[in-house]
Amino acid sequence: MSAAHVARRSRGIRWALILAAVLFMAFFLVLPLVAVFAEALAKGFGTYLAALADPDALSAIKLTLLVAAISVPLNVAFGVCAAWAVSKFDFRGKSVLLTLIDLPFSISPVVAGLVYVLLFGAQGWFGPWLVDHGVRIIFAVPGIVLATILVTFPFVARELIPLMQEQGRVDEEAALALGASGLRTFLRVTAPNIKWGLLYGVLLCNARAMGEFGAVSVVSGHLRGLTNTMPLHVEILYNEYNFAAAFAVASLLALLALVTLALKTSLEWKFGYSHGSAR
Amino acid sequence: MIGLHNISKSFGDCAALHAIDLTVRDGEFLALLGPSGSGKTTLLRIIAGLALPDEGRVHFNREDVTELRVAQRKVGFVFQQYALFRHMSVLDNIGFGLSVRPRVRRPAQAKIRARARELLDLVQLGGLGDRYPAQLSGGQQQRVALARALAVEPQLLLLDEPFGALDAKVRKELRRWLRQLHEQMGLTSIFVTHDQEEALELADRVVVLDRGAIEQIGTPEEVYMAPRSGFVSGFVGDSNSLPVTVRGDQALFRNHTVALSPPPLRDGPARLDFRPHDVALAADGNGLPLEVSGIYRRGGNWRVEGRVAGSDRIVELDIDADGPAPQPGDRLAFTITRSRVFAEEAAR
Repeated sequence: MSAAHVARRSRGIRWALILAAVLFMAFFLVLPLVAVFAEALAKGFGTYLAALADPDALSAIKLTLLVAAISVPLNVAFGVCAAWAVSKFDFRGKSVLLTLIDLPFSISPVVAGLVYVLLFGAQGWFGPWLVDHGVRIIFAVPGIVLATILVTFPFVARELIPLMQEQGRVDEEAALALGASGLRTFLRVTAPNIKWGLLYGVLLCNARAMGEFGAVSVVSGHLRGLTNTMPLHVEILYNEYNFAAAFAVASLLALLALVTLALKTSLEWKFGYSHGSAR
Repeated sequence: MIGLHNISKSFGDCAALHAIDLTVRDGEFLALLGPSGSGKTTLLRIIAGLALPDEGRVHFNREDVTELRVAQRKVGFVFQQYALFRHMSVLDNIGFGLSVRPRVRRPAQAKIRARARELLDLVQLGGLGDRYPAQLSGGQQQRVALARALAVEPQLLLLDEPFGALDAKVRKELRRWLRQLHEQMGLTSIFVTHDQEEALELADRVVVLDRGAIEQIGTPEEVYMAPRSGFVSGFVGDSNSLPVTVRGDQALFRNHTVALSPPPLRDGPARLDFRPHDVALAADGNGLPLEVSGIYRRGGNWRVEGRVAGSDRIVELDIDADGPAPQPGDRLAFTITRSRVFAEEAAR
């Protein structure tokens, strides 16, 4: 076979593969996304706005923002601590910790929600004590926050661990050798080294915190205007055959995904940060 | 004065250092020399306070600093890959040690910058202060790392493989320059290296380490000319070794004899080491026969590689390059003019 023939053939294969990938993506990703916005706006822009301005929808949006505002910072704190511990120190049980961090990725969100019902529900382990003291966790906002934290906690840690492991501890040792305290070393050396990776982790964590359905659904109780987050509200509207309103709220979630994607891409483009690399 | 007393350290089941005793004099330039895995870097990190010994004490000027953390020991440490802070300019890197001092002892911002500029000039990089580490060559990064370590005015400078990542020419330049700086600033310096040439050229004294223990401490001359063990003989400088049988003041290799002075204490099997330059060609053919396999020029000598005829031993000899170069396949006869005998069997 001549070289030109091989080149032509490999070009053919290349185009076939690209076409397959594009078709696949169009069908599974682009089409649904277009459908969400098309359905949301099917009955006109006025209906769309009205659906979003509905008090229940507004309260769902507020609750979703609140849950994200609590769970994302907590997971940032946890993720940085865990990544710091795993990458800068050697200790027994390190691999156990790593496995535990991954656990929320591997268990079904429904199970994650059920765990909290078992612990804090009226019939749960701590249920009677909580009832006696007038604390509501299940079917209330605290339960939703807890479930969201559980489901989203690997995102920041998982993003930082490989990055910090690759960077090693030599920069920190250099700072310490120059007389810096632990806190100063973190603020002036470690934090700048990990900031893009951290931001990336926060974006992913936030997207999941706002979009989580399964775990939240179990602990929420679906009380309209009280314990409904946006994904739960979408489901309720959909089950009531209120398609335009369901898709209107869903379009906000889809928009969040698009904004996250755009931010992530612009970060990568602007700072040359690519997933898992040092800069 | 730095004193190490009975320092031991192990990682898991693997002993990195056992019972190290060492005294470093003020103003000394000391090399820790050994192959990888010999524990030399671990020892340097223990002196710095970056690692803790399992046993033993570290003294700085009679003060026990074993429990002090690295930040409190006031040493300058230059890391193997320099560990410059990549998000800070060169000046900010150099000024870092001053800028992280507690508020009461921290100089004013302008003072820190002025001091950083001074140091930048000292390491001959004036004008590069606003660059970032990634924009510097390896040799320049090395100098910045040194300036950063010197900014906190340490009495003790510790360097981990300081020239390891540099090309040969830059390395030679920097070596000479570092030696000058050491004297000019009145420092006590300890550096780790696996390169025996570097240790011999730079250091006042060389500490040869093998498998976590000190094999020999001495001046470069002592270590090279009078190695105390077979390991030192083989590791420091080029060396040939032959398995011999010692009888009185003679060593026998097959049916050839080599005179030994002074005679070793014990008769029996031993290892005879000699340097490539400690040989003479035997014009009368009365010596160890050599089948030449390779030749190359090494300065003013031919470095001749070959097999001792009738055995499987490969040796290297230096022969004056004034004469014609031997050819592969030639047969030469040589005598050994200076040699040492070690108890252990010859390696190879």
